[in-house]
Amino acid sequence: METKPNLALPAAQIPLTAEHWWREKARDFAASKIALAGLVLLVLIVTLALFAPQVSPQNPYDLSKLDIMDSKLPPGAKSGDGGLTFLLGSDEQGRDMLSAILHGLRISLAVGVASTLIALSIGLIVGLVAAYRGGWVETLIMRIVDLQLSFPAILIALILLAVLKQGVDKIIIALVTVQWAYYARTVRAAALVEKSKEYIEAARGLGFSGGRIILHHLLPNCLPPLIVVASVQVAHAIALEATLSFLGLGLPITEPSLGLLIANGYQFLLSGKYWVSFFPGVALLLLIVALNIVADQMRDVLNPKFAGR
Amino acid sequence: MIAFVLRRLVQSLSVLIAMSLLVFVGVYKIGDPIEMLVSQQAEQSEKDTVRRNLGLDQSLTAQYASFLRGAVSGDLGKSFAHGVPAIGLILEKAPATFELAFVAMILAVSVGIPLGLVAGLRPESALAKLIMAGSILGFSLPTFWVGLMLIMVFAVQLGWLPSTGRGETVTIFGVPVSFLTLDGWRHLLLPAVNLALFKLALLIRLTRAGAREALATDYVKFARAKGLSNTRVIGVHVLKNIMIPIVTVIGLEFGSVIAFAIVTETVFAWPGMGKLLIDSINILDRPVIVAYLLVIVCVFVLINLIVDVLYSLLDPRVRIGTSASGH
Repeated sequence: METKPNLALPAAQIPLTAEHWWREKARDFAASKIALAGLVLLVLIVTLALFAPQVSPQNPYDLSKLDIMDSKLPPGAKSGDGGLTFLLGSDEQGRDMLSAILHGLRISLAVGVASTLIALSIGLIVGLVAAYRGGWVETLIMRIVDLQLSFPAILIALILLAVLKQGVDKIIIALVTVQWAYYARTVRAAALVEKSKEYIEAARGLGFSGGRIILHHLLPNCLPPLIVVASVQVAHAIALEATLSFLGLGLPITEPSLGLLIANGYQFLLSGKYWVSFFPGVALLLLIVALNIVADQMRDVLNPKFAGR
Repeated sequence: MIAFVLRRLVQSLSVLIAMSLLVFVGVYKIGDPIEMLVSQQAEQSEKDTVRRNLGLDQSLTAQYASFLRGAVSGDLGKSFAHGVPAIGLILEKAPATFELAFVAMILAVSVGIPLGLVAGLRPESALAKLIMAGSILGFSLPTFWVGLMLIMVFAVQLGWLPSTGRGETVTIFGVPVSFLTLDGWRHLLLPAVNLALFKLALLIRLTRAGAREALATDYVKFARAKGLSNTRVIGVHVLKNIMIPIVTVIGLEFGSVIAFAIVTETVFAWPGMGKLLIDSINILDRPVIVAYLLVIVCVFVLINLIVDVLYSLLDPRVRIGTSASGH
């Protein structure tokens, strides 16, 4: 199973502490140059998004800084007062696209990560409870999960948002609603496997409480598959949010995510002013590609089926 | 088999009831369709008349009860905005959506499976790596943005293809279709490619994974050892064994293609039921939203049934209705 020559001991004899395990997985991850490039790109995008207010040439929300005379300038053009170069062009209101994209990335990432974390937590609890309790609780939970997963996420989110209307909190609710089931199913499957192992029996034999067994014994061992699902789902959440915002059902105009920026440029596309839609789309694409590449490698690294390949 | 079909029906019915309740409560609590339907200057009395005519003055339970009564006899109510039966409105738009979805799916299958086979049979070749890189891209590209870019390149810059609408249609068996006219194809091509892209990427990965797995099995090695030709080994032994998961996914993904057609139809102004749904959501046209959901749920039930039957035909080990579902 081990392919690394620097390890003299066979895998079974290595004292496998948690820290050791994670370090080994990190090394496996770095073995792929593409994955490493994806990770670097991801870190770069996240950093730019986090520091958007500091690095953007302009505050895209400060209407007093915008000049309508700078409306729809092509990439590379200078603003009317000569103070600013629109590297990626400007939009209808004379807003610098680069600044709008950096701020949009921030919103897209925040919504994607927040909804993923909440959905993950809910799915984790529900999945663990289902696996540990069994019986009718498990049957009920898994029925709901199956039912929901048999329906396309976009449709559920669309109907929910039609009812809830726009807003950051609303879109997070919608994204959490369509995502928790994936985590619940993954966690339950992992927990069922772990539950039948001897260490859980040993913990029971020692008289530990159910809560303690779930938290200290089941949970840590269910994390790897959960991380894999989460890394894929962040990308899905971001893409779904962009799609919903594009359809006019996601975020309000006051908080323009990348999807909304693309939607705004839609009307100018036919007159050849491509940059208003094109560059936000490229930013979205880079973010999702980076996430997918990292997720792909994580799956290969954390999936025992592919270990040592 | 009958118990199995019944269970499916009960499940789908519960989905439908949950979704319709959500829509009813939502429209009742949050939006007021009257504000969208009647002009701002209208008198209060005029608004009240419209409200009464649409039955929106009644309590939520009364509204839902009358909806259920109608639904049992196949009447889902009239569209608030158009004044005609909602289900008729949806069914009128359905052929356009199904045509788009079918063409997209055929495109994805006929390109995705060969590419996936190439990538799976020679995983180390440059071509395989290129295909896989392409599939990651296909997975990552947001559908609506690809649609915009297709319009930008092929409609605006090159001017080869139209960017909106359905084009000339021919009516067969009372159903208007585009795929029989040249103009129809010109309109169909861009939306279909747009809708196919994601499924294409999915099929490439699925076929590749299946082919790699099949190549490592004993029966393929044995077939090679017997001296069978490469074409026969791949065409019969490999392909046959990866068809089972692929058929399942094609079937199940067809539902999601119809759902995702909402996005493509909006981008290309394709007059299907997805675009109708978005328009109806914007004006809170509740009967149309509910009718759309009903049609979609029916389509899903049908697809699941077909997939299960196909599954049992392809894999004799599977018996429909028993707990052993062949996983």
